[in-house]
Formats: sequence, structure tokens, C-alpha cells
Amino acid sequence: MSAGTNVVTADRNFPKHQDLVEERLVLWYFVAALTFMTVSMLAGTLMGLQLIRHNPLPAIEILSPGRWRMIHTNAIAYGFLANAFLGIMHWVIPRLTLRPCLNRQLSYLIFAAWQFVVLATAVGLIFGQAQGLEWGETPVWIDPVAQLGLLLVAINFGAPILQTRGPMYVTLWYYLAALVWTFLTYAMGNFVPEYFVCGSSAGAVGGLFIHDLVGLFVTPLGWGMMYYFVPILLKRPMWSHGLSLVGFWGLAFFYPLQGIHHFLYTPIPMFLQYGAVLSTIALELVVVTVIINFVGTLYGTGGLVVTNLPLRYFYTGILFYFLTCLQCALQVTMTFQALIHFTDWVVGHAHMVMFGVFSMWQLGVMTYLVPRILKTEWYSTKWCEWHYWASAGGLLVMSGDLILGGLFQGWSWAALQPWDASIRLSLPFWSVRLVAGLVIFAAQLLFLLNFYLTWRNAPRSTSVTEPASGLATA
Amino acid sequence: MFERKSGIILIAGIGFFALAFLSNAVVPVLMYQHMPEKSVKELINGNLRYQFEDLAQRFPEAFEKAYGQPPADPEQASTWYNDHCESALKLGHQIYVGEGCWHCHSQFVRPVSNEDRRWGPVSKSWEYQNELQRPVMFGTRRVGPDLCREGGRRSSDWQAVHFFNPEALSVGSPMPRYPWLFDGAPDKPTIRGLALLTYIQWLGSWHETYPYYEDYIPVPIKTASKTE
Repeated sequence: MSAGTNVVTADRNFPKHQDLVEERLVLWYFVAALTFMTVSMLAGTLMGLQLIRHNPLPAIEILSPGRWRMIHTNAIAYGFLANAFLGIMHWVIPRLTLRPCLNRQLSYLIFAAWQFVVLATAVGLIFGQAQGLEWGETPVWIDPVAQLGLLLVAINFGAPILQTRGPMYVTLWYYLAALVWTFLTYAMGNFVPEYFVCGSSAGAVGGLFIHDLVGLFVTPLGWGMMYYFVPILLKRPMWSHGLSLVGFWGLAFFYPLQGIHHFLYTPIPMFLQYGAVLSTIALELVVVTVIINFVGTLYGTGGLVVTNLPLRYFYTGILFYFLTCLQCALQVTMTFQALIHFTDWVVGHAHMVMFGVFSMWQLGVMTYLVPRILKTEWYSTKWCEWHYWASAGGLLVMSGDLILGGLFQGWSWAALQPWDASIRLSLPFWSVRLVAGLVIFAAQLLFLLNFYLTWRNAPRSTSVTEPASGLATA
Repeated sequence: MFERKSGIILIAGIGFFALAFLSNAVVPVLMYQHMPEKSVKELINGNLRYQFEDLAQRFPEAFEKAYGQPPADPEQASTWYNDHCESALKLGHQIYVGEGCWHCHSQFVRPVSNEDRRWGPVSKSWEYQNELQRPVMFGTRRVGPDLCREGGRRSSDWQAVHFFNPEALSVGSPMPRYPWLFDGAPDKPTIRGLALLTYIQWLGSWHETYPYYEDYIPVPIKTASKTE
């Protein structure tokens, strides 16, 4: 447990941490990520208030809840998740490969370019220039810029990974594949259904895009991160290398095949729908192997989940991951779809994946890295605890509430009740969702404040001159 | 192979992605090759033309402000209406997408959950083979009702008032107001308002059971005369 045990690396011929990791950039990415998360949650609050008919700023064109609902999803995907992942990759990849990213200037250029892409998307959406595909709403003129940005990201991070010799660690499998997949997925979703195919075929491609964006961009970057941080925090290797292999290759094979499960009972050919359903259920089996591997790694040291906050974030996310994937395997069947498609069930599911799993993991990594980069303790560890409990609790209430509400909506529709009956019965669920959302939002604001006060406490002479204490663990 | 860069980039990264794209995207594209994509011009049908000319009757000042006067010659007037109907449909679609209407309203009737009784015939592939379904507007959430059979079901007056202030017509509706599609009053739609009305009236106008009324039972003349 003492910090001294890990200083061994310093006197060998390994490159020094401060020559590898551009710590300032990691922090910048975190600040950008949390800023966009605030924007996203403001947008979500606005839509939540609109649903219960208490929108405080109604009938203003640039504050239209319909437009801000798209800012909510895009700011989370491209503003929060992508920025946090990029920051974390700037920490993980150089330390795993023992090589810095290809070019320091390029790293900063990518940072600036990505903030431009996200901001421009938000502005485009506010002025009503969206395109008609979820997460592909990015206005036409930004698509090529974002595509170029993703290419630069792949080059900048790909270079150190490709220079390593011999077999790579699990994290790098996920990262390397994700760099290829993200580029291809973005290209597929933002160009094919807009310019080349229409109708049901566009639906099939659109389904692939929204699914791959979660499965081939967010998921591999998330798991790559877990395979890196969990063994470090537990100071032991992964339980089974074989299961790591099964997990990666199972995900790589089955994940891309499921896009069409978002559009079941549409005019898309039935055999393709069944194929998507089957591969979704197959993936659930792969997910179980990954969960077993992580639980196996924890086995015997479970108490650490209580005392170590970042670890608690990680395993909470892993638990939610198991729940969402189990839910996936059930809700993807035609029987469930008949009832829950188009309802708030799906919205609850989406929040559990994006916030309960990936955001929780990233917030955990931030909780772990920020004090290491700033070389000072958190301003208030108590606030960190509050942040965890309000985030996890708020999310649990929100998704549980929406999933339950979705069932009632589905039954109301199937019973051919008048449409406003389904609105009336949704109101209590929407109200609870709003409160849960506000709790989550408040927790993030507290985290931001904590971050700011910690930064203000940080020693003035920054990372460049100080010896790296980053390798030491809590 | 399983832990090497080449295996991960070529097999997992590119290979599996390509396999999925071929099987899940290229297959339906090939299957629908016999139904070529219709342009917006080809989508204008009698029902829609009727609705578009109806807008000129209902909102004469607004219509004239947006599109000007139709030529006196009936043949020229017909092409004139067609041309403006086409541009209105395009702009209306752009507004429908830009305002995020499709995040709360779906555009497809499923063969389950009694949906064909509420909304009309189950959706078929040919209905979506056109420029305005690129990307397709299936939708993912129904806060409000499905709209793919909405055309002709309600008058453009109703639609205009509903866009201006949904709660005036649907009590308790969570739909936001869209006053920026109007010059201050629901009977004064701007060019954008007229375009969105055209788009809404287009939805389902291609169908043989147009307009589709929910649980519509024609009132027998005898009962009607008895009540008088």
C-alpha cells in the first residue's frame, strides 16, 4: 500500500513519465469533457421540464427543446465521452507503449480541432441544421472536419502502438481496434445514409451506425481503460488471459452484426432482423465471460471496492454493464420489442449504458488521475463520495423509473387507449426522472467545483519539473 | 494472430466491420434495387396537390407573401403549384429534421401492438424509397403519435393552430410551441410554416386508404336524420 514500492521503474533505462505523458493536455481534456457534460445536462433538464409542461423558457426558437434534445445526446457522445476518452488515452497509451504520442503539436491541434467540432455541432443544432440520424445530426459541413480529426487521432495514437514489439497488452488490442472502428463507423453513418441509400436500407445503415458508435467506439475504449486501471488499482494481473481473448474477439465479431436490432418490425427484411437478434443474444454470452474475468480479478479483495473510490466507480460500472447487457438480450427479442419499442424503456436503457457504465468509469478515472496530475489531494474527499453516491443513486432511480414507465406506455398503446392516456400515465414517471436527473446534475456540478478548488490548491511549479509521482498508487 | 497488430487491425478492425457492413447493409441495398429512389418531384400526388392548393385558400395572404401569385393560365398555374409544392416539401422535411420532430414522432406502423388499428396499414418498404427518407425517418421514440399516416387526417387549420400552441387543441400535450413558424398568429404561417404543413399533409398521401381515420365508422344516414 505504500507509495515507495512502485518507484523501481525510475532507475532502469525506461523513459520517464514526464517525457511520455502530456499531463496538461489530459487535464484540459477533462475540463472540456466536464464542460460539455454540464451543457448536455442543461439540455436534458430543459427537455425533462418540457415533458412535464414546466418549461421555464418556452416558445424561444434557439431554446427549442427539440433542438436541445439533440444537443443533449451529441454533447454527451462527442463532448463528454470522446473528450474524456482522449484525455485518458493520452495517459494510458504512452505509459503502456513506453513511447510518447506521435507529435506533441499534433496532440494540441487535435484537442483544439475536436473542441471546434463539438462546439460547431452544438451551434449548428441550435440553428436547426441537424441531419436526420441519431448521433449523426452533426451538420453537413462539419462531417468532413470531424472525419479528418478522427484520422489524425488514429495516426497520433496509432504510431506509438504500432512501434511496440511483440504481443500487446489487452488494453492496446481494444484501443488499436477502436481507432480503426471509430473512423470507419463515423464515415459509414455520416455519409452513406445521407447521400447514397434511402428508405429501409438507410435504416439498416443507420441502425449499424448508432449501434457501432456505442459498440465499436465507446465500448472498446471503455473496456481498454478498465483492463488498464483495474489491475493497477488491485495490484494484480487480470484473472484469466484466455477470457480476455474471448472477450475481445467475441465483441469484435458479434458487436458489428447487431445494428438492425434497433429497427425490429420495420420493413427491413425479416431474416436480417432475426440475424441481428441472434448475434445480440450471442454477445450476451461473451459479456458474461468478461464480467467473470473482472469479478475473478477482484476475488479475495472485494473489500477494496468499499474503501477505494475509483475502484468502486469501476465495479459499479461493471455491474451496470452486466445489467444493461442482460436487459439487451431480453429486450431484443421480438416479444419484448412488441411491447417496449418506442417507449421510455429504451430511454432508461440508454441512460444506464451511457451514464451508468461509461460515464461512471470515466468519472472514476478522473477521480483517480486528477490528484496524481495536480500533485495534491482532492480538495474534499467527502465531496468525491457525494459525487459517487448521487451519480450512482440518481442513475439507478432514473433508469429504473424510465424502464418501468416504458412498460406502462407500451401497455397503454397496445390497449388502444386514447393517446393522451399514455401521456397522463407518463407524468409521474417523467417527474421522478426529472428529480433523479437534477440529483445527477448537482453531483457533477459539485465534482466540477471540487476539481476547480483542487486545481487552485495545486503546487504552482507544474508537472514539468517535478518528479513523476504518477506511478505511485493510493 | 489473436494478439498481434496485424490480426487486430486487419481481421477485427477492418475484416469484421466489412463483414457486418456487407451482410447488414449491402444485402438490403441489393434487395431493394428494383425500387429506385424517387425524387421529391416524383412524390407530388393528387392528394398533396389538393392540400397545397388548400393552403392557398386557407391562408391567402400568407401564401401570397411566401410564393407570390400563380399565373393566370391554368396550365402554367399547374406547373407553378407543382414547383412550389416541391420546394415546400423539401423545406418542410428540413424543418421536420432540424426541429427534431422525429425524436418524438415515429414514421412507421408496426404489425404488432394493435398499431394497424390505430394508425392504418402496416408500413411497407416501397413507401420509404424516396429522397425524403434519406436518412430514413423511422424514429426511435413515440412521445407523440406516429405520423406516417397523418396526411389528410386533420385539416391544415388544425395543424397550424397545433404548431402554434399544441395545448389549445390537445389538452395536456407536452409538445413545445413553434411560434417562429408564424407571423404572430396561427393564421399567418411563414414560408417555413407553410412548408412544414405541406410536409405533414404529405405523410401517407401516397396510400390508397387516404386519409386514414382512427376507428372511423361512417355514420349511417338514418341515424343522422333521427338525431336532427
